[in-house]
Amino acid sequence: MGIFSPGFGGKRRSDVVGLPPGQYLTESFPVLSAGATPRVSLDEWAFSISTETGALHRWSWQELMALPIEDVTTDIHCVTSWSKFGTGWRGVSLDTLFAEVETTAEFSMAYSYGGYTTNLPLADLRGGKAWIAFDFDGAPLEPQHGGPARLLVPHLYFWKSAKWVHGLNLLTEDEPGFWEQNGYHMRGDPFLEQRYW
Amino acid sequence: MSWRPARVVSARRETSEARTVGLDIEGWPGHVAGQHVDVRLTAEDGYTAVRSYSISSSAPSGRLEITVDRLDDGEVSPYLIDQLSAGDRIEIRGPSGGWFVWRPETAPAPPPRAVQLIGGGSGIVPLMSMIRTHAETASVTPFRLLYSVRSPALALFRDELMRLERDDPALQLAWAYSRAAPEGWPSPPARLDRDRTVAAAFPPPVGAEVYVCGASPFVESVTQWLVEASHPADHIKTERYGG
Repeated sequence: MGIFSPGFGGKRRSDVVGLPPGQYLTESFPVLSAGATPRVSLDEWAFSISTETGALHRWSWQELMALPIEDVTTDIHCVTSWSKFGTGWRGVSLDTLFAEVETTAEFSMAYSYGGYTTNLPLADLRGGKAWIAFDFDGAPLEPQHGGPARLLVPHLYFWKSAKWVHGLNLLTEDEPGFWEQNGYHMRGDPFLEQRYW
Repeated sequence: MSWRPARVVSARRETSEARTVGLDIEGWPGHVAGQHVDVRLTAEDGYTAVRSYSISSSAPSGRLEITVDRLDDGEVSPYLIDQLSAGDRIEIRGPSGGWFVWRPETAPAPPPRAVQLIGGGSGIVPLMSMIRTHAETASVTPFRLLYSVRSPALALFRDELMRLERDDPALQLAWAYSRAAPEGWPSPPARLDRDRTVAAAFPPPVGAEVYVCGASPFVESVTQWLVEASHPADHIKTERYGG
């Protein structure tokens, strides 16, 4: 490009293995959200998957807790350019939930308490890549980070890991969710730097 | 969206901690008030760092100005504030953001929806673009700003805001000083609290569109107070920075 900034050295040098292009490492856990934080009690909380045929599968909080719970240690990457390595989560794999769901749909729309939506191909939700996460760093997930439970899809930019997740609608065609309608990429792979349209 | 070379055409100190940088980009498409750009700096050995900054200039001006607040241990902001000078070139991607934006009404239009802006510290920057856009388009949309800042000396755009309030009949300001207030200020400095936030805002029946921008804990508190005071959550848009 030939554009250099004389005297700019940068602080967090060293080529960090595992850091996607254009990202920097942070120790903190910044918050990206579009509005006020919804507060959802565990009594009213539920997660649903509805298929392209209209079949509905629903889990209450107690039913979710009765499923096999996995410990997940993973790097996360936010589209606003921070990445955080080695974050610790507990949650239920989407594979466990999909075990009882019959579908040929290839796409989905995740929706949240508070109205947030984000679209995800099913291929990104199955195969040990995605969880409904409710613990972060050994404590219940705080509301501003998406508690009681959020999607955890760490191989995509973190806006895909919908906070306050409430369910998935399975779709035969891809549709843009909230940020995707507001300029963000339909898939959001950080290693391909799929930030914007 | 790709990176474009940008030339620094102006650099203006706003406070001891902040600076406004004007940029010239060939074929710049303009922006909507509230949007941001990504800035990329490249060191001589090719190392790059990218950060996002809100645009402070108005939309109708067609100019691109970002206002940068210093992060003490920051990697990019100290360079933009202390070292970058007119004539330098950097790279810009954007403008971005299709949500935390405000567009002036166009005539003929339905009665405009009131707008409540609430900024903490450098969270004023995207709101300033909205206020300038409001003034330059002679918008009649009722605008209110609640600006929480540590001290008069650290308030961004203070003189201009006071002038705009005088000249723009549809703009009303409320200042909240947390550490030091101006001489003769009616109330002692104090952290912004629920009562002052709710009192300064349009009452919920007005149905104002609310924009809250600032550090994450500030935005979290303010939005929670508003929701508890019966402001509909779906009228509140937020933009946060920091952890």
